[in-house]
Amino acid sequence: MKNISSEHLKFIVSILLSALLGYAVGIYGNLPWYSFVVTNIIIAILIDQKPSKSFMSGALGIGLLWFGLAFIIDNQNHHILSVKVAQILPLKGSFVALISVTTIVGFLIGGLASLTGSFVRKS
Amino acid sequence: MRLLPLIASAVATVGLVAVLNTQLPSGTSKTPKLGYFLSPQHGFWKNAEKVDAGFDASIVAGELKGKVDVYMDDRLVPHIYADHDEDAYFVQGYLHAKFRLWQMDFQTRVASGRLSEIAGADKLSIDRFFRRLGMVYGAEKTEQYINESNPVMKATVDAYTAGVNAYIKQLSPEDLPLEYKLMNYQPEEWTPKKTYLFLMFMSYDLTGRSATADLQLTNTRDYLGFDLFDKLFTNQQDSLDPIIPKGTAFAKPSIVPLKPINSDSAYLKKQVQILVNGKVSASPEAPDKNNGSNNWAVSGSKTKSGRPILCSDPHLGLNLPSLWYEVQITTPTHSTYGASFPGSPAVIIGFNDSLAWGVTNAGRDVLDYYELKFKDSTQKEYWFNGAWQATTTRQEIIKVKDSADVVENIAMTHWGPAMFDKFYQNPQSKGRNLAVKWTGHTASTGVETFYKLNRAKNFDDYLAAISLWKCPGQNFVFASKSGDIAIKQQGSFVARWDRQGDFIMPGQDSSYDWQGMIPNDENPMIKNPERGFVSSANQKSVDPSYPYYLGTASSFPLYRGISVNKRLRTMNQISAEDMQHLQTDNYNVFAEVARPALMKFIELNKLSPNAQRMVKEMTNWNLYNNGNEKGITVFKMIWDSVEDAVWGDELAGSAIPLTKPESFVLLDQMNKDSNYIVADDIRTKGKVETLKEQVNLGVENATKKLLELEKEGKLEWSLFKATRVSHLTKIPALSRLNLPIGGGVNIINATSEAHGPSWRMVVHMTDEIEAYGLYPGGQSGNPGSPYYDSFVDYWAAGKYYRLLFLPKEKLVAHERTKWHIQFNKA
Repeated sequence: MKNISSEHLKFIVSILLSALLGYAVGIYGNLPWYSFVVTNIIIAILIDQKPSKSFMSGALGIGLLWFGLAFIIDNQNHHILSVKVAQILPLKGSFVALISVTTIVGFLIGGLASLTGSFVRKS
Repeated sequence: MRLLPLIASAVATVGLVAVLNTQLPSGTSKTPKLGYFLSPQHGFWKNAEKVDAGFDASIVAGELKGKVDVYMDDRLVPHIYADHDEDAYFVQGYLHAKFRLWQMDFQTRVASGRLSEIAGADKLSIDRFFRRLGMVYGAEKTEQYINESNPVMKATVDAYTAGVNAYIKQLSPEDLPLEYKLMNYQPEEWTPKKTYLFLMFMSYDLTGRSATADLQLTNTRDYLGFDLFDKLFTNQQDSLDPIIPKGTAFAKPSIVPLKPINSDSAYLKKQVQILVNGKVSASPEAPDKNNGSNNWAVSGSKTKSGRPILCSDPHLGLNLPSLWYEVQITTPTHSTYGASFPGSPAVIIGFNDSLAWGVTNAGRDVLDYYELKFKDSTQKEYWFNGAWQATTTRQEIIKVKDSADVVENIAMTHWGPAMFDKFYQNPQSKGRNLAVKWTGHTASTGVETFYKLNRAKNFDDYLAAISLWKCPGQNFVFASKSGDIAIKQQGSFVARWDRQGDFIMPGQDSSYDWQGMIPNDENPMIKNPERGFVSSANQKSVDPSYPYYLGTASSFPLYRGISVNKRLRTMNQISAEDMQHLQTDNYNVFAEVARPALMKFIELNKLSPNAQRMVKEMTNWNLYNNGNEKGITVFKMIWDSVEDAVWGDELAGSAIPLTKPESFVLLDQMNKDSNYIVADDIRTKGKVETLKEQVNLGVENATKKLLELEKEGKLEWSLFKATRVSHLTKIPALSRLNLPIGGGVNIINATSEAHGPSWRMVVHMTDEIEAYGLYPGGQSGNPGSPYYDSFVDYWAAGKYYRLLFLPKEKLVAHERTKWHIQFNKA
């Protein structure tokens, strides 16, 4: 019982740390957009989890971060830009699709980075 | 054990990042770096502005001499109040950059032949064209001239440049304008040369049509022979209503240009010999033929208030971000408001507390080609005035993205750059070696004209300011609070003999050279005329009694001028609102004459039932090009088809596209000669088609196309015309398409498909100036801003904004004033 809750705690802390540090390295636009790969790897090395859990926590951390930011920005912008960009990309002008694509990219790279970190710890 | 999964996941991570950090090919272009572009902290999301964002700010800049207060009104127009003139231009540069940086960068890249640097080899042909035309050469000459001889203008442009760069320096990467993120490149430092390059581009846009037209006209003449050419391309315009009223006496000319004695054989009818075949390269689209404009001023005798009203609406390509940016500049020396060019200091079209001014294009021919004979393929010497003369070489290095540099070695001659030679040809140049001579290459202080107009107090100041203006030649309209109105065609104009420069000229001796430039005081001008108004709409400025040749009739649209003058003659007790209605008037004066001319030839009972129905649609039409009318669409299709039937045959069969004669030529013939010889289809041997047959054939041909349009539901004029305001990259998602607006070519509201009134302004010269205006765009160049296209719908509806032009205390307290940006020295 105790073990399971500590697993939960690790998972949640990993997600939060990944989102928080991912956001922090993104504040300064001079750092590359993929800087969160490094922070996710470090988090996964420091917090011992099963590789699948590491993947999910990194993926959710960055995915939720990107989703949240895009969602807030888009609402404050009344979809002015997202509708235009979703025609260029092309996503038929759908801001929902554009936010989804944004979220998926963050999710995938965030997850893979954490997975890599957890394998570093295990090897 | 765990090494394999480690390697696999590391490779997957790095691989995915790498792919999303690369510009992937997509059709002919490339995607942005997708990971970067989608990242909410780096990419496009950062450009999505809060719709209720404020613009208050406090900015410290060491370059300033004092304090500057900028108040932004509810349309995001800045009202700049500065203690020093130079500070005002610093802040204007800063604000241009803040709201229009990418556009400024892009437009000067086009002008200087540097598109390939960001877009790759695809754009090389455009870059080569502008390099070889001498755009950079001209800008360099102007820069050198101003640096050496005009400290005030140098200080002005330097202050503006410093302002642009102060913004660029504080710009963090995530706040780059969207287009940089899309195309993946970085802004670079602004320089005074870029300002001059931008002004060169305006010269090209307004006088550069000759760079294409002279070649086409030469080829058309060669194809038709001079006699037939002269019939189809007559310079006689029967219905002309010139800017300077007919019958006005002109001073004795100080230059009498002499036509070379051999011009009939060597110039007008010359058989062109093809010398070599160079590499054929595509040219950029020639500047729009309808780059024109309307402007007029009515004197107090015709207005309700007893004070003059001035109107100006330049017709240019309609783009987002707009060419124009509204601004008020107030310093201890002057206070002015109007439309400015992002890329240049000062107000370009506007007013101050004493007077107002506006411009239309003069359309005069100031660019010629001279055919060269090089001694050999090294192009080191050319034959001129009986001897081999040495050329110098100008090197232009074009950087190309993902590819090696391209070097243009351009031979410089007495005439100017050898634009076409063995290295560079287009389909129209047909192997010739051609040097280009253009007033755009002359060093000039064009920006000083606007600097002085911004500060002018009266007619004399206006005249002194515009006397500096060289290229592109403009009709400067003027009105003052004190009651004067005037218009002057000003520029550096060639004293030409009849048809000089319409075609490529022989370049082996100086007999075809320009024999002088017309002195400023012989340029057409009129002040406070009896009739109570002055106007221009790109028509010929003068009747044939003017002692100099203006250029081919195709450069001077006839009908807008007729419309404007016809209306102004009858209008009295005019208000600013009446002037707004006139600026947006859709009456079709061409159709007023052309429809009865067509009807004279149409045999209704011989037409098919559908054609009869279409003709009825046309005859029931009210002659207004309103967006919801169908008659104008029918009229236009019928007229175009008749033109095709009449002279399509003469022009068919040429491998290269030839110039189409002007509509007025056919219309004048229909009205005076029903046995028009050109009507005959020369392709049908043994049969002579009459004009009547051709007109009825034209109606049937048009009907086929009209039935198609009817099926698609596109017979209504605004749907057929589909006016758009395109983003500079032409990306549809960033453009405004299918605007519900009437107007068209030959109409005062000159709105065609992608071209039209780019800034509408009405200024009533009352004590507190009453001014209205808008342009089809918005003050912000950011597609993610609500201010990106905020004026477009209003513009399409023919509405106007009242412009706020107030002293500081009144503006600060005004209900429409929203934000305050402070600029301090430290």
